[in-house]
Amino acid sequence: MGEISLGQYYPTNSILHRLDPRVKFIGTIVYIVSLFLVSGPVGYLCAALALFALVLLSKVPFRFILKSMKPIFFILIVTMLFNLFLTPGEELAHFLIFRITREGLVLALRMGIRLALLVMGSSIMTLTTTPNALTDGMERLFSPLKLIKVPVHEISMMMSIALRFIPILTEETDKIKKAQIARGADFDSGGLIKRLKSMIPLLVPLFVSAFRRANDLAMAMEARCYHGGTGRTQMKPLTYAKKDYCAYLITALFLALAIIFRVKGW
Amino acid sequence: MPSIIKARGLGFDYVKYTDESENAERVTAIREIDLTVEKGTFIAILGHNGSGKSTLAKHINALLVPTSGTMWVDGIDTAKEQDLWKVRQKAGMVFQNPDNQIIGTVVDEDVGFGPENLGIPTKDIWSRVDDALSKVGMLGFRDRSPNHLSGGQKQRVAIAGVVAMHPECIVLDEPTAMLDPNGRREVIEVIRELNQREGVTVILITHYMEEVTYADHVYVMDAGQVVMEGTPREIFAQAERLKELRLSVPQVTELAYELKKAGADLPDGVLTIDELVDALAPRSEQYADRA
Ligand SMILES: Nc1ncnc2c1ncn2[C@@H]1O[C@H](COP(=O)(O)OP(=O)(O)O)[C@@H](O)[C@H]1O
Ligand SMILES: [Mg+2]
Repeated sequence: MGEISLGQYYPTNSILHRLDPRVKFIGTIVYIVSLFLVSGPVGYLCAALALFALVLLSKVPFRFILKSMKPIFFILIVTMLFNLFLTPGEELAHFLIFRITREGLVLALRMGIRLALLVMGSSIMTLTTTPNALTDGMERLFSPLKLIKVPVHEISMMMSIALRFIPILTEETDKIKKAQIARGADFDSGGLIKRLKSMIPLLVPLFVSAFRRANDLAMAMEARCYHGGTGRTQMKPLTYAKKDYCAYLITALFLALAIIFRVKGW
Repeated sequence: MPSIIKARGLGFDYVKYTDESENAERVTAIREIDLTVEKGTFIAILGHNGSGKSTLAKHINALLVPTSGTMWVDGIDTAKEQDLWKVRQKAGMVFQNPDNQIIGTVVDEDVGFGPENLGIPTKDIWSRVDDALSKVGMLGFRDRSPNHLSGGQKQRVAIAGVVAMHPECIVLDEPTAMLDPNGRREVIEVIRELNQREGVTVILITHYMEEVTYADHVYVMDAGQVVMEGTPREIFAQAERLKELRLSVPQVTELAYELKKAGADLPDGVLTIDELVDALAPRSEQYADRA
């Protein structure tokens, strides 16, 4: 029944942890964009150095950053292989039906470096920002979209409620599972179809309970005068401090640098 | 004393849609309820499952609007849509399941949820949250995740969430039903303190008879109607009638009742162990003399 940590937040006290979530979100976007702007070795080296500096600033042990690569490792390898073998161009080597071209090699390397830096870069954001702060930040950042009738507040409320209920529902799944095992259910043997079928006695009570909870929660929210985002104040409003403006400045400089690299083809 | 809650001829039908018939089926949950609650009092509502307690409670908070009759909260008719938020601010509500009513992922954010909805300025929200958390004795837990609290603590957080809205009256719908005896005691203590120290009107719905002994006035419901009302002593004096309504009296009351039936000279509706001991004391002295 361990609390699953969503978004892998790593609690410690660094300057990156204390930055406004909006800055970190924008910074991450800018970093990702720059990765696709630069295309030469110098550019990638700079991006890697920037990442390294951020990791040091965040005080998060490097292995946590590497751990973020685990889920995409397979995709990364497959993408690289496809690029390596399927790009037409000047042939470097071949065996059987596979040909490796110079263009393919360059593309595969570029793709691999980009993806790796992208994932590690965004993991710095999720490692240093609580999911709650991130939701708050996104709500504020996207609030102009309210003008075109995007329910920004509602989406953010949904996200934070999901964050609150995921551990509760995980625990409940565990309980139901044990209860069904005690009644002779078998979740761990048989083929795929059989296993999927064996999930039904787990999912049905889980859904019933989730709907009841949703109903209760909606009522509790109404009872406490919740009526959407209009006329609502905030207990912990986001406010920019000096360090946040500094971070924005550095982000802007980084973007400018990336554009220069792009133009120069470095 | 001025009344805070008043109901006259209150009735409510749930409309149910079934697969078999096209027509909606109407289930009468409560009918012809008259109720007057004075400011600052502690009211208990008793009744077995399905007797309509929750339905009545939801009317006080304007979560339900009466099908017939009228409900007033501090003089405001709850059926008036434009006063909906005023009613809900004046009459807060605490529900049975502590997990399903905590919205925030951090304790103090949850307590701040109500004031945020009321549009209270940020600085005042903080002072309200501090105040509410200290009143329920949870100030030390303000930065915790609600998932790591015990049931009784979660319920106290839920109460703080209501207290922070500065209500006149708090309705608690079986707040202790899912708690262990310790949690139950914590919650009841907090409720009593709010009532006695802060003068908040309390309406406690429960089926634990021990919790009723603190009430100034008790209403007993059955099949959607109020069938008995009076002080706890008056109610518990009618043990047979309570049994008919599928309710039990507290253990001491039951014991006193049985002793009395067996010929002991005891008053009606004994509420506490001390009372019973006092009533029995003269005789136990006699026995002590003999021994
Ligand atoms: N949402 C609903 N839809 C239809 N009938 C309901 C609903 N909620 C309660 N009832 C019915 O109304 C009656 C009173 O229920 P309720 O107020 O929940 O009682 P209590 O809280 O005393 O257990 C019961 O007969 C119940 O079946
Ligand atoms: Mg009920």
